Amino acid sequence: MPKYMLIMRADDRAVEAYQDLPFEQVIEAMGRYNEEMMKAGVMLAGEGLSDASEGFVVDFDAEPPLVTDGPYGETKELFNGFWILEVASKEEAAEWAKRCPLGPGSKLEVRRVTELDDFPQDNEWIQKEAGWREEQAQRAAKA
Amino acid sequence: MTDETPDATATARPTDPESARRAVAAVWRIESARIVATLTRMVGDFALAEDLAQDALAEALAQWPASGIPSNPGAWLTAVAKRRAIDGWRRRERYDERLAAIAHDLEREQAEATDAAADLPYDPDAIDDDVLRLVFVSCHPVLSREARVALTLRVVGGLTTEEIARAFLTPVATVQQRIVRAKKTLGAAGVPFEVPPRSEFPGRLGTVLGVLYLIFNEGHSASAGEDLMRPELSREALRLARVLATLVPREPEAHGLVALMELTAARFPARLDAKGDPVLLGDQDRRRWDRSAITRGRAALARADAIGRGRGAYALQAAIAEQHDLAASVDDTDWAAIVALYAALGRVAPSPVVELNRAVAISMAEGPAAGLALVDELAADGRLARYHPLPAVRAELLERLGRPDEAREAFAEAARLTANERERAVLLARASRPGAR
Repeated sequence: MPKYMLIMRADDRAVEAYQDLPFEQVIEAMGRYNEEMMKAGVMLAGEGLSDASEGFVVDFDAEPPLVTDGPYGETKELFNGFWILEVASKEEAAEWAKRCPLGPGSKLEVRRVTELDDFPQDNEWIQKEAGWREEQAQRAAKA
Repeated sequence: MTDETPDATATARPTDPESARRAVAAVWRIESARIVATLTRMVGDFALAEDLAQDALAEALAQWPASGIPSNPGAWLTAVAKRRAIDGWRRRERYDERLAAIAHDLEREQAEATDAAADLPYDPDAIDDDVLRLVFVSCHPVLSREARVALTLRVVGGLTTEEIARAFLTPVATVQQRIVRAKKTLGAAGVPFEVPPRSEFPGRLGTVLGVLYLIFNEGHSASAGEDLMRPELSREALRLARVLATLVPREPEAHGLVALMELTAARFPARLDAKGDPVLLGDQDRRRWDRSAITRGRAALARADAIGRGRGAYALQAAIAEQHDLAASVDDTDWAAIVALYAALGRVAPSPVVELNRAVAISMAEGPAAGLALVDELAADGRLARYHPLPAVRAELLERLGRPDEAREAFAEAARLTANERERAVLLARASRPGAR
């Protein structure tokens, strides 16, 4: 079954609208949404991101890359969080995305997560990456 | 980003019939268990509820491609099914008080569903209880194993009859018959729509877990057909196990089963070689194992342990899988820990097959002689007389001990006992290998 990442993006409009809502209400709506996906056995992971003012950008237009503090001047939309779902089809990912409690100014970008089989298996770097993943997991296991 | 993209409209009104069909199927997967559960409570008859739900699905397939998916598809499907129920009763002139009450509810719900801001009447606990009842009905002991599997996938998993037939390489008509017969059996036995009473609960939960594990195993060691693996079926079993674990969060074995499935499925990407032949655990490219699945499996095992009622058979098997998943190689594996886990498993669920596995683990931990002693005991006791892995394990151990003649004899015996042609060829080749070590 394929995995999809739901990436939450919001513009100023959405951010302002959210600031007008009681925090409790926002948390409850999101909590309910997450619970629904857990109960359906499809949610593998999900995280929210802290305020963009805490973040920064590394811009590769410059050489060496330029580090700029948030919230990023020209940017109209900010990433706020993500979910990873394991579902039977693209349509099922879309159906779950549509149920997210978001309002005008918000978008969910839905992208399929690549699997090992998406890449040529004889490539040296693909094999190395697989090795790194394994090392990481073993370190995590022993920690 | 203040403008609406044309895509938004395209999703609401899919024009391509195939993508519309897939969109309906997606809604069905998400909603069917709750719809059938709600309807069963309403009409008091599981078989009728299932028919009504299927009618509603058929109506969605006919309407949604043109009309687009309604904003609350679950409420739409439930309302259609309820209307069908009322029509049916009206035809049979059974318009009674119950019907009047239901019709009243329906009017109210339809009014709410048309109000764009209205949500489904939200009582998550009540709906969960009904879904759990549905799980127990689908896996009821009066049903045959095949019927439990088909019914669970259909009403809890939301798979279509066609999908179930494809997964089990069975004709659609056969699956259909199985479901019809299962519903009749449940009706004839007067199976109530309930969570079993405390005295029966552990056994009945065991049956449910058994059905899910059976589906999982069918997906990864297919008993029929050309494909050695049908991973989608295993993934569906894993999803249903996750669903069950959220319905009975205080039951350690529900989490144990999730853990076992995650930790087993983690190895799927390395189980077949480029030609599609199975690769033994010792020869698998462990870099291909799914590390996120291992992490999720270990988390599920930790949840089972945290309940503090000890480890059952699924949690113990999960712990064995965990030992393999964490080892960098066969040599790096903590075989002593695996021996202890098999011993514990043998106490919880005594079986000569578990003993045979323990013997293999002992041979890895302490050497082939110690393993062979236990295998010989098992052979003498006769319960595994027709079980070809026993002579095959014995042959391996004899070979490692430098007793080639006896090893060849044991391989030949294993070849006689196996029903699988491909396996027989491998065993016969080893039986005739001259001067093996």
